[in-house]
Formats: sequence, C-alpha cells, structure tokens
Amino acid sequence: MIIGAPKETFEGERRVAMTPDSALQLQKLGHTCMIETGAGAEAGFSDAAYKDAGVEVVKTAAALWKGADVVAKVRPPSDAESKKLRDGQTLISFFYPAANEKLMEAAAKKGSTVIAMDMVPRISRAQKMDALSSMANIAGYRAVIEAGNNFGRFFTGQVTAAGKVPPAKVLVVGAGVAGLAAIGTSTSLGAITYAFDVRPEVAEQIESMGAEFVFLEFDDSELPDGAETGGYAPPSSPEFQAKQLEKFREIAPDMDIVITTALIPNRAAPILWTKDMVEMMKPGSVIVDLAAEKGGNCELTKMDEKVVTDNGVTIIGYTDFPSQMASQSSTLYSTNIRHMLTDLTPEKDGVIVHDMEDDVIRGATITHEKAVTFPPPPPKVAAIAVQKKEPIKEKTPEEIRAEEVAAFKKQTQTQVGLIAIGAAVLLGIGSIPGMPASFMQHFIVFVLSVFIGFQVIWNVAHSLHTPLMAVTNAISSIIILGALIQIGSTSLLITLLAALGIFMASVNIFGGFLVTRRMLAMFQKS
Amino acid sequence: MENAFTIAAYVVAAILFILSLGGLSGQESAKRAVWYGIAGMAIAVLATLFGPGSGMWLLSLILIGGGAAVGYQLATKVQMTQMPELVAIMHSLVGLAAVFVGFNADIMINYIGNIFVENGGVLGAGSLPAAAYAELSTFGQLIAKKSSVEIGILRVELVLGIWIGAVTFTGSVIAYAKLAGGSSMLPFKVDTGANKLPGGHYLNAAAAALSVLLLVLYLGGSGSWALVLLTIAGLFIGYHLIMGIGGADMPVVVSMLNSYSGWAAAAIGFSLGNDLLIVVGALVGSSGAILSYIMCKAMNRSFVSVILGGFGGPAGEQMAVEGEQVAIEADGVAAALNDADSVVIIPGYGMAVAQAQTGVAELVRKLRAKGKTVRFAIHPVAGRLPGHMNVLLAEAKVPYDIVLEMDEINDDFPDTDVAIVIGSNDIVNPAAQDDPNSPIAGMPVLECWKAKQVFVSKRGQGTGYSGIENPLFFKENTRMFYGDAKASLDKLLPMID
Repeated sequence: MIIGAPKETFEGERRVAMTPDSALQLQKLGHTCMIETGAGAEAGFSDAAYKDAGVEVVKTAAALWKGADVVAKVRPPSDAESKKLRDGQTLISFFYPAANEKLMEAAAKKGSTVIAMDMVPRISRAQKMDALSSMANIAGYRAVIEAGNNFGRFFTGQVTAAGKVPPAKVLVVGAGVAGLAAIGTSTSLGAITYAFDVRPEVAEQIESMGAEFVFLEFDDSELPDGAETGGYAPPSSPEFQAKQLEKFREIAPDMDIVITTALIPNRAAPILWTKDMVEMMKPGSVIVDLAAEKGGNCELTKMDEKVVTDNGVTIIGYTDFPSQMASQSSTLYSTNIRHMLTDLTPEKDGVIVHDMEDDVIRGATITHEKAVTFPPPPPKVAAIAVQKKEPIKEKTPEEIRAEEVAAFKKQTQTQVGLIAIGAAVLLGIGSIPGMPASFMQHFIVFVLSVFIGFQVIWNVAHSLHTPLMAVTNAISSIIILGALIQIGSTSLLITLLAALGIFMASVNIFGGFLVTRRMLAMFQKS
Repeated sequence: MENAFTIAAYVVAAILFILSLGGLSGQESAKRAVWYGIAGMAIAVLATLFGPGSGMWLLSLILIGGGAAVGYQLATKVQMTQMPELVAIMHSLVGLAAVFVGFNADIMINYIGNIFVENGGVLGAGSLPAAAYAELSTFGQLIAKKSSVEIGILRVELVLGIWIGAVTFTGSVIAYAKLAGGSSMLPFKVDTGANKLPGGHYLNAAAAALSVLLLVLYLGGSGSWALVLLTIAGLFIGYHLIMGIGGADMPVVVSMLNSYSGWAAAAIGFSLGNDLLIVVGALVGSSGAILSYIMCKAMNRSFVSVILGGFGGPAGEQMAVEGEQVAIEADGVAAALNDADSVVIIPGYGMAVAQAQTGVAELVRKLRAKGKTVRFAIHPVAGRLPGHMNVLLAEAKVPYDIVLEMDEINDDFPDTDVAIVIGSNDIVNPAAQDDPNSPIAGMPVLECWKAKQVFVSKRGQGTGYSGIENPLFFKENTRMFYGDAKASLDKLLPMID
C-alpha cells in the first residue's frame, strides 16, 4: 500500500503526519511512502531528508491524494480535501466526528474509510497510538514555557547578592496528561506547584510529579470516578462545583501562574476560574487556558488570543501549542500513526487488513464500507480497572488514641481471659479426686517451663530460627538421661534399648550443637 | 536418683538451657548462648553418669563417644542448603530414643510387678521386703514405692511419650525424605508432593481412635501387646500425616516435629520422675509450637489447614491476570543495577535449590563497593525451614545487618530503585492483597512491586508451590530474567562494573 502525507492546509498548522523516521518504519511493514513537497519543512524535515529515507516526494497535493491508498494527516480534512477522497481510500487524521458530522457523512458516501486518531479508545494496548495524549503532553509542557515567557520573574526561588527572589507559585487545574506534563515542567523549573483535580485518585500521581494536591473537603460518596468514563473526569455536582470555586477563590491571590486543562468529553469546558478570581490575582500573573478551544476554563479567555486585563493579568488562550513545537509533535504524532498502521498490517506484508473486531481499530474507525460507524460500541476491555473506592482517611489524634485504648483493653481482656482459663484448668486437674501430689509437683515444673519457654522464644530473632531449631533439637536429646538411668538395669532387653537410645541421643547432642556453632559463626556484621 | 547433688546439677543445667534459648535474641549473644547449652548438657550428662543409680558408665561413655563421632561427621559435612534435612532427620532420632526409653519403662513396670507377685504382693499396694527392694535399680525402686494411682498416671505418661515419639520418628523420616529429594540417604524415595492414601484423613482419625482404645486397654492391664500396637498406630500417623503435606509447607512441619520431640521428652520425664527432662521438653515443645505459629501466621493459614495439607479451594473467581511477561537479558539487568542507588533482593527456596547464595553475595559485595544501598528482604516462610535464608546468606558471608525481615523493609519498597526476586514466588504475590478470592488472600507478602523496577530470576514460566498465577510477573515494571539462578548470576556478575 502507498501511504501519503499531504502538506497541512490549515492556517498556521506546522505539523506533518509523516517524518523520515516513521517512513523508514512504515517501509519495514511493506508499505511505500509518499509525501507532498514541503510538507515537513515547517517541522524541520526537508524534502531531501524524506528522499534519503526512501520516500517519494510528489509536487502537488492533488497528485498525492490520487496516488496514496492511505492518507495520513494531522488536522481534519478541509472541504476541498474531502472532495479528493475516493472509494477505497483510507484517511487517518484527527477528525472530531461529533463536531464534523457532515464531513463524516460525505466521506462515508464516497466509500472511503476514515480512522479518527482522536477516537482511539483509552485502553492500555492502544496507548502507543493515543495521539491525544501525546499532543496533550506537548501542550502541557508548552503551556508552562509560554507562561514563563509572559511572566516577569524567575520560577525558582534564589538568594542572590542582589537580593532574594521568591519562587513562583503555579496552580495546575486538571491533572490529565496535559496537566501532569505541566506539573512536571513547572516543578523542574523550580516553581512551587499546586494541582487540583476532581478525581481524588489522581492525588498520588500529582504528588509523584512533585506537586502538592489541593485538597478539597467533600463527602467522597459523590465524587466522580474517572475510571468509569474511560479516564476522563465526568461532570460534577453543583455543590461540588461551588466548593471547588470557593477553594480557588481562597488561593487565587497567592498564585503567580495558573494553568487550566479541565475538559469534559463532548461538552463545553467548565468555567473554573471566574472573573473575580482573575481580579484577585497580582499584577504580572499569567493564566494559560489549555481548554480555550472548548470555550476556556477561565471566564475571560479569548480563543487564540493573548489578553491583558486591567489589573495586569495576562490570559493566554492559544490553541496551537502542539503546532508551535512542530518538530517534537510531528515526531510523536507520526509515531502514533505508525503504530496504528502496524496494527492495521498484522502480517507486515504491506496489506492492510481492516479488522472491525479489533477494539482499537473498531473504536477509531468512523466510516467504513460506505457506512458511518460512529459512535462505536463500548470496547470489550474496560478502559482502566475501576478503582476500589476506599479512601484512606487521615485519622485524627483522638481516633488514634481511642484505637490505642481499645487495643489495650482488648489485649488486657485476652490476657486476663487466658490467665483465668489456664488457672481454671490447673485447678481442675489439681482437684481431681485421688490426684497424687507427686504428679502435681512435676506438673507444676512442667507448666512453669512451658511458660518460661513462651516468654523466652518470642524474643528470638527471626533470622536465628534455624539455629534455634538446631539448639532445641540438641537439647531435646536430654532424653539421654532417661536412657542413662535405665542402662544399669538387670534386664538385657532394657540395657539394649537404653544403649541404642544413648547412642542416638548423643549423635543428636553433638551434631546439633556443632552445627549450631557452625551456623552462628557465619553470621557477621558488616 | 533421689540425690541432692544430682538435683542441684539439674537446676544449674535447666538455667543454662533457658539462658541458651534466651540468648538467641541477637546474633552476638547467640554465639555465647550456644556454649551455655553445651555446658548445660555436659553438666546434666555428667551428673547423671556419676550420680547414684546409673550403672555401666563405661559402656555409656563408649556409646556417647560413638554418637559424638557420628554427630561430628554429620555437623561438619552438611551443606547449609541441607539444613532442613539435617534438622528433620535429627528429630527422628529424638523420637526414636523416646520410644525406646518409654518401652524400657514399661518393661521395668512389668518386671517390678513380677517381683511383687513373687513376694506375695501387688504393685502399687504395699511394699517389698527390704532385701528385694535393695536389689532394684533406682528407677525400679521409684516404681516400687508408687501407689496404684501413681502407676496409672505413670502408664498414661509413658504411653504419651511413646506415641508422640513414634509420630515424631516416622514424621521426621518422611519430612527428611521430602526435603532431601534426590540426595536422600534413605533406601526409599518419597515424592515431594502431597500424597495421601485413599481414605485421607479418615485413616489418621481411625489410627488416632485406635490409639485411644489401646490406651484404655493398656491401662486396663492388657499387657505390652497393646503398647506395641499403639506404637505402630503412632508410626503410621506420623508417616501418613507428613506424606499428605507438600514440600513448601515443610517449615511448619519441621517446627511442628521439633515441638513434638520436646513434648515426647517431657512426657518421658514425667514417667521417669525426672524434672530436668520435663523442663527441657517443655522448653523445646513451646519453642516448636511458637515457630509453627509464626510460620502459619506468615502464610495466613491456620495450623490445622496446613497439617491437613493443601490449599483450600478459591472462594470465588480469581481476578484474571492481564498483560504479558516481558523477558530481559543479563545486560539489561546489569544496566539497571549500575544505575540504581538502592537495591533490595528477595531470595526464596529457588536460590537454595540453585545454590546461588555465593553468587548473590558476590553481587551484593560488588554493588556495595560502589556505594549503593543493598539489602535483603526475608519473608518468614522463605525456604524450607524457619530462618533458612538467613543461614544461607550468612554462609555466603552476607553481613546480617543488611538482611531484614518483612515488616522492617516493606515500607521501603516505594523508595527502592531495583528489587530482585530470586527463586521466590508466592511470598511476592500481589494477589494476596488485591484479590479477595485468591487462595492466598490475606497472606502477608513482600510488596516488591512498589519498587521502581522489579527483576524476577526464575527458571521458567510456571506457577509457584500454591499453583497460583502471580500477577507480579505481568506488571509493567517487572522484567523476567529467565534461567537457573546460579547461571543467571554468573552471567550478570561480569557486567556489573
């Protein structure tokens, strides 16, 4: 099959869906590669580089659309491009089918198969082709860089000869892929980073990236579980939202940089940073709104624009962060495309097998064989194992104390109970009619010895259990005393058995002690 | 025997034995403690030998000398990996000695009984003429003075001693055969798996019931044949019980037999009226009981379920394991180790089988020389004997202060760069925590999967002793380093620079 990547026609789009590296990998799958001249120029890949990688460079977009069996793109096709689609051709690109229904229907009518990279299901196996995540990762990184560009101070705190510089305080709202990338970038630049997310289970991820989780006190039973909705945060209740905004209001004056990344699938972005919060912020602060495309998390965001408010807060609503880093994003995106084609070419023989039984391929395919196949059925494999809802509650000192008291009481109860039972048993044995005192004398020795044994053995170190067994083995040969007493008997049989007993017990005594000595001598301190 | 000096010597010996066990609380004091034990034993034996009532002390000395020679051979020749076998076979000797001493006591009772009859009396009622009494050995004199109730109790005690001794004897022999496997010195080989005769535990129960019946008959004066049959029943139970228990449960079995050998000694002590035997028997018995308890707790299983053999059926459907086992070669492991700052090694029975402890120790030396933190995490039931891994590592000259217990190290795994699992399986199975339906659910395990990276040295893809799939091997941060542990380490060592 011939796989072609045209030059992106969307204004300002600098990414490309195929790099020389990915072309080499595609050729290993048995495919032939084709690219429109200048397609990679803005991402830093020259036509010569493509030629060196064995890619055919064609002069016009028309030639490419005509020649390629599979067209790989970044942006959804424009109207002009969709007209060039033909029967049997496969298109792989971002598509946003829910928003582009007409385009999708047109493509279906033409008989071309469309694989939407934004529809790849979020299951472990499909992570390698999850282009949304790889783009979000770049956006998160770039958001921090962009914020730094517009922020007049250091990120990290410094004490210099010229005075002390306080560290910047960064708040990241929404700890998805973009949010986590932003947290990572921000902490590595040295800022004090806080992060918030409605899903309490991401607190651990946030902390692992070095940020502090902004803790919201709320009845957990109502908290949404992201795991049930394929890893995205679902909409939350009005009470929760109110609580959330209250918390933001409380911390807004302290924050130097706010990066918002909260998106809800197929909905407008929730407003999380209201006008009054912006007004509370210090002059020179920066807000980067990664949700600008869906209306923005900040009330004052303007899509694709940078605005400065009256109180000197810069609000950035750019939506082309991945495109701004075209080289990096093209590399990642083309790898995602390459992984998708790997799955589509199971035999590595250049023949595409469109397996609609496969969860990943089925999920991403939105038109196939002249029919619209969107929306897909739910995948057979659950996205992420649903988290067990067992929030670990911080215990208050009173609770801990109460527990300790209860444990102590319980221990006392068991101990007293055991003592009572033991005493009762002993008294019971002693009060059996006709029980000879001579027996009781020995019995007392026995009970006391068991008691001493229990007291002493609990203190034995675990690492010395084997020597303990060897020693107890040796001393249990004390039975030799019995045999020694008996050997002087007049009966031959008794003498014989006693002699055997002495012999065996002494094997044990010497063997046991010697081997214990040997073992203990080996234990060395470093 | 009723001699003040001998009894005083026994008190000294008993105190020395208690100190000897107490000293095992630390590695350094343990080196002293073993001498207390030796001194105690020497005092006890000498006091008995040269005390009144003991004859043929020359023969006794020769026998002890012979035993010493054999014991010396055993103790110096044994490999540290064979410790479980050695301990098991030694238990069998104690058990058998207890059986012999018990029979002697029975023969003595009958003998005295006959003397009473000759003198026109009955044992337990009245007394012998002074001349006949003086002819008896001390033990005989002791019996002759007893009342009939005391004789009855004496018989119960010696039956207990013989019966427990018999169970200990065959049980230990079977445990030895299972632990030694191919290298067993016995003329017969025993499969290490759990084998029961048809009828299973009903056979054991029947044998136990038969024993009780025979005890009643024996007490009723039926004579020594009941005692012989009872011994046979005990021998059968020991054999059949241990046959039904699989190899990996041997830590519990060996501790249990250890305990039994103590109780047998204590029971014999009762019948001989010897307080030192009672004291030591009780000490050993409780020691073994505690060890068994610790082992069972470490497996989260009740003692009864271990003894009855096998794992219980799963409570429900177990969680399916997702993902794949990813293999890795020695160079990958070496690269990760070279980069790591903190390493935790988790040895298991597989390390003992492959005799890989010296290789492991060498690896540790190299890593520590580079300033890395290297520690060992020991699960209580790792290996086939309580504390087995500690002894092996000590043999390989691993300093004991970097060998830690489960509770000491479990919290440190999240800060560990590399965890290496060598020949262990169930003790690192996350299913014990995650899957309430797993047969090992609730068993405390080493949480090695919390380390940044886990390497598992394992012979092949099989499951562990319990037959449970181990989700650890499928985790994203786990790499499987297949191959014999010793060969794998030999490949790995030159790559650590």
